[in-house]
Amino acid sequence: MTTATSGRTRLRGVVGTAHTRVEGRDKVTGAARYAGEVPFADLAHGWLVLSTVARGRIRAVETGPVLAMPGVLAVLHHGNAPRLVTDYAGLMGMTPDPTAAVFQQDRVPHVGWPVALVVAETSEQAREAAEALVVAYDEEPHDTELTTDHPDAHPVGGVMPAETGKGDLAAGLAASAAVVDEEYTTPEEHHSMMEPHAATARWDGGRLEVVDSNQGTTWIQGELASMFSLDASAVRVRSEHIGGGFGSKGLRAHQVAAVMAATELQRPVRVVMTRRQMFSLAGYRSPTAQRVRLGSDADGRLLALEHRSLSRTSTVYEFVEPSAGVARVMYDADAHHTANHVVPLDVPSPTFMRAPGEAPGSFAIESALDELAERLGVDPVELRLRNEPEVGPVSGLPFSTRNLDACFREGARRFGWAERDPRPGVRRDGRWLLGTGTAAASFHSGAGPSTATVTAEADGGFTVRISAADIGTGARTALTLVAADALEVAPERVRVRIGDSDFGPAMIAGGSMGTRSWAWAVTEAAGELRERLALGVTVPPEGITVRSDTTAALGALAQKERHSFGAQFAEVAVDTATGEVRVRRMLGIFAAGRIVNPLTARNQLVGGMVWGISMALHEEAVRDRTSGGLYAPDLAGYHVATNADVGDVQADWVDDADPDDPVGIKGVGEIGVVGAAAAVANAVRHATGVRHRHLPIRPDRVLSAAGTNGERRS
Amino acid sequence: MREFGYQRADDVSGAVALLAADPDARFLGGGTNLVDLMKTGVERPARLVDVRELPLDTVEATVDGGLRIGATVTNSDLAAHPDVRRRYPALTQAVLAGASGQLRNMATVGGNLLQRTRCGYFTDLSRPCNKRAPGSGCSAVTGEHHNHAILGATDHCVATHPSDMGVALAAFDAVVTYETLDGPGELPLADFYLPVGDTPHRETALPSGALITGVTLPPAPVAARSRYRKVRERASYAFAIGSVAAALDIEDGVVREARLAFGAVASRPWRAHAAEAVLTGAPADGDTFAAAADAELAAARPLPDNGYKVTLMRNLAVAVLTELAEEAAR
Repeated sequence: MTTATSGRTRLRGVVGTAHTRVEGRDKVTGAARYAGEVPFADLAHGWLVLSTVARGRIRAVETGPVLAMPGVLAVLHHGNAPRLVTDYAGLMGMTPDPTAAVFQQDRVPHVGWPVALVVAETSEQAREAAEALVVAYDEEPHDTELTTDHPDAHPVGGVMPAETGKGDLAAGLAASAAVVDEEYTTPEEHHSMMEPHAATARWDGGRLEVVDSNQGTTWIQGELASMFSLDASAVRVRSEHIGGGFGSKGLRAHQVAAVMAATELQRPVRVVMTRRQMFSLAGYRSPTAQRVRLGSDADGRLLALEHRSLSRTSTVYEFVEPSAGVARVMYDADAHHTANHVVPLDVPSPTFMRAPGEAPGSFAIESALDELAERLGVDPVELRLRNEPEVGPVSGLPFSTRNLDACFREGARRFGWAERDPRPGVRRDGRWLLGTGTAAASFHSGAGPSTATVTAEADGGFTVRISAADIGTGARTALTLVAADALEVAPERVRVRIGDSDFGPAMIAGGSMGTRSWAWAVTEAAGELRERLALGVTVPPEGITVRSDTTAALGALAQKERHSFGAQFAEVAVDTATGEVRVRRMLGIFAAGRIVNPLTARNQLVGGMVWGISMALHEEAVRDRTSGGLYAPDLAGYHVATNADVGDVQADWVDDADPDDPVGIKGVGEIGVVGAAAAVANAVRHATGVRHRHLPIRPDRVLSAAGTNGERRS
Repeated sequence: MREFGYQRADDVSGAVALLAADPDARFLGGGTNLVDLMKTGVERPARLVDVRELPLDTVEATVDGGLRIGATVTNSDLAAHPDVRRRYPALTQAVLAGASGQLRNMATVGGNLLQRTRCGYFTDLSRPCNKRAPGSGCSAVTGEHHNHAILGATDHCVATHPSDMGVALAAFDAVVTYETLDGPGELPLADFYLPVGDTPHRETALPSGALITGVTLPPAPVAARSRYRKVRERASYAFAIGSVAAALDIEDGVVREARLAFGAVASRPWRAHAAEAVLTGAPADGDTFAAAADAELAAARPLPDNGYKVTLMRNLAVAVLTELAEEAAR
């Protein structure tokens, strides 16, 4: 609880107190409309047609028979679609993924590549016609398999340097009392949010309007404006409610196809992806093959650290899953080398997904640390505390705040870690072997330039406008609390409007940066408005509006290592006769900045940990070698954790306000998943004595590993 | 999704007549599998004859001490029925191990028996599949098959039957009753599913146009001590990778009668007769149980990636039989 004061009133702050979602009632009663269910008059429906071959060229799209089918209005494909601009610099300076810039070429780079859009009067007619559309291909041999010795592997940077290095690795390892040198793999994983991608596009008075489900309306506005050569002011993108994103809800084929068709037909057109289409059109996390080498002295202090990660991308878009980046933040050693390499293959383009880099990277390095702890006979918590760096191991920069030691101490206390018997395979409850494991977590904390307006209304209320996105996180509610404190009024007097590109540029809901970025802008505008009102002005009928832009303030921030941190603990039960693994309880203690709304923040952290269980035990998209496509790409074939898989999961935090942030926020979006899979895998090792280095830990792998001590190649 | 006709049948003979009038018609029960297959285009019926409202929704005791279960009894009602819970507990456990509460409220006994495999190639229209497109080939034999059959499969098809309920029914010698234009008939469950052979698209011995009207369970005192255990890749809402229905009658430490059936290992619920032969008359101990499981699994022909199922089924059978023996000893 914080207290804010002003000259006239004294108010208890609401930031830090639990508030239910301001739109919660609308959501549970169905009044909240999602993008695919917003009504439009004269709406036509588009259905995407995806390639069935993994590599080749489109020879012919046989539109004739389909155009004669009931209700069919148009078939768009590479032969008749308007040309798009695709060489502009979009988000983070990257050109758009050609998968979204639909129908610009006859080349097919993977199974599930969009080759046509069938538009019809009804969704059912469009689907039937789309499924009847015959597309002829000249097929070519494909390569979809990520192998560690692939000749096309090369270093790729992206959001961070591809490679870092200092010190003599061989010498460090040679001088070490204990060495771990292992390979860890994670499979292809998909976001699997509840709400599918859906967009409706229409022209209204010379302006393009898109109602969409996305993680940033001004992001999509900018991309569509660039692609269709429109002035940004001629494009409005709205995204009121979003049923989950996890990194997948950016620029995708559905928005571009809808705009194309709406332009062609001059009527509103909606395009919704099916769950199966999402598995090739909506991005995913690349599989990773990671090699970790650790060497330490007898006390566990690291002398040598190497983390190399190999991921894959498509042949049309370069995306790196930067798994080796996590070591640059977490652990120092005199010899410290990290590298992220990528192989382009005939597969769909991967993208950001649930802690990109840190999630798979932490599985590898936090498993390796557990192996090192066991070899040394040092407690795994103690091993991590002994390796807490003073400054960024690669950057040399100070940490804004770290507090990882506080997370481990508080977590160990609450989890009962002190009573842990380190011997593996000795605790039993009926048919279940029991074990516990731990792992550390970190995720980048940042803020992106944002604008906001806050209006004092004549009726005494306040309206905040910012093109933020609430992808289920509770952002709308958090911003209500932040604005209320900055205005020094009760939250009931504040109305926050988000999800509309007309509100001006703002950071996307991504990179765990949304709430911090938006709260900064809202705080600035609201603070200035409060000061103006404090002068005793009368609010005119149109209200008094103050606008903020955080670009300059963010640019003035000192260079520091800025991250959220956490300590994960898990207890598992393993039946080695059947291979079943159950996570009985998890505890995550986080240093994630000031917590704006404990209710929704805990929900996010627990949600991340549940995704960690899912990553550890369930999630795996299997690619068929012959076809190059996925096997059973739907939510029956692609398993995510169910309620029954989630035992007692608790998340809490230590005091960790970021001194450089106006509200003290760091970010809770992704830290919950980081380290969670490693904690589970380390617990499985403790339960059974078998180390699993390949996710997910499926029953067949537990059974197959039982006789081999886990020394298995995937 | 193409347009289709829909009619609700009022009585059994009317339902059979409606289906016979249209070769592209299908019976619709709960729709929990058929409707999914229609969405993906695997099934493209011209007409659905909805049989869910037929008066086949009761579970009744038969005079000889068995049960007669109507075809439109929902999975939820079947699992909750007091006679099922008391006299065939493994059947209740099997039904409750499947799907979700919502699906069990919709799914029917008749539809459950006729549900199709969840092999991912069967539901992918762009891939060869002998079951969906006869003669096109089997993608699973050389592709993804870690959850495919180890018993009774052929090079033509290695798909498994997904039912949990059917495994318990197989253990208890269920008999399927049906109605055709020519009158009623019945098939023991053991003969209901056809061998895979080279015709995996032909799944049951039901005469063309037949409507399943119910399932009869003969009296089986041994079933009062029975269990069903299912292993899957998550704790809920997934099909089995291996399951066991078992019943044991033990007297003086010796197995008098045993029932054992396996799920998720074959194109049909797999009655483990070879194992039962080993169990019957043998001491009710771990050695016997292991020998019984091995006897059944001697016929297993695993593929490169599903050999773990042999271990799994052996361990699972021994575990469930051991639990039953311990229960009997209490």
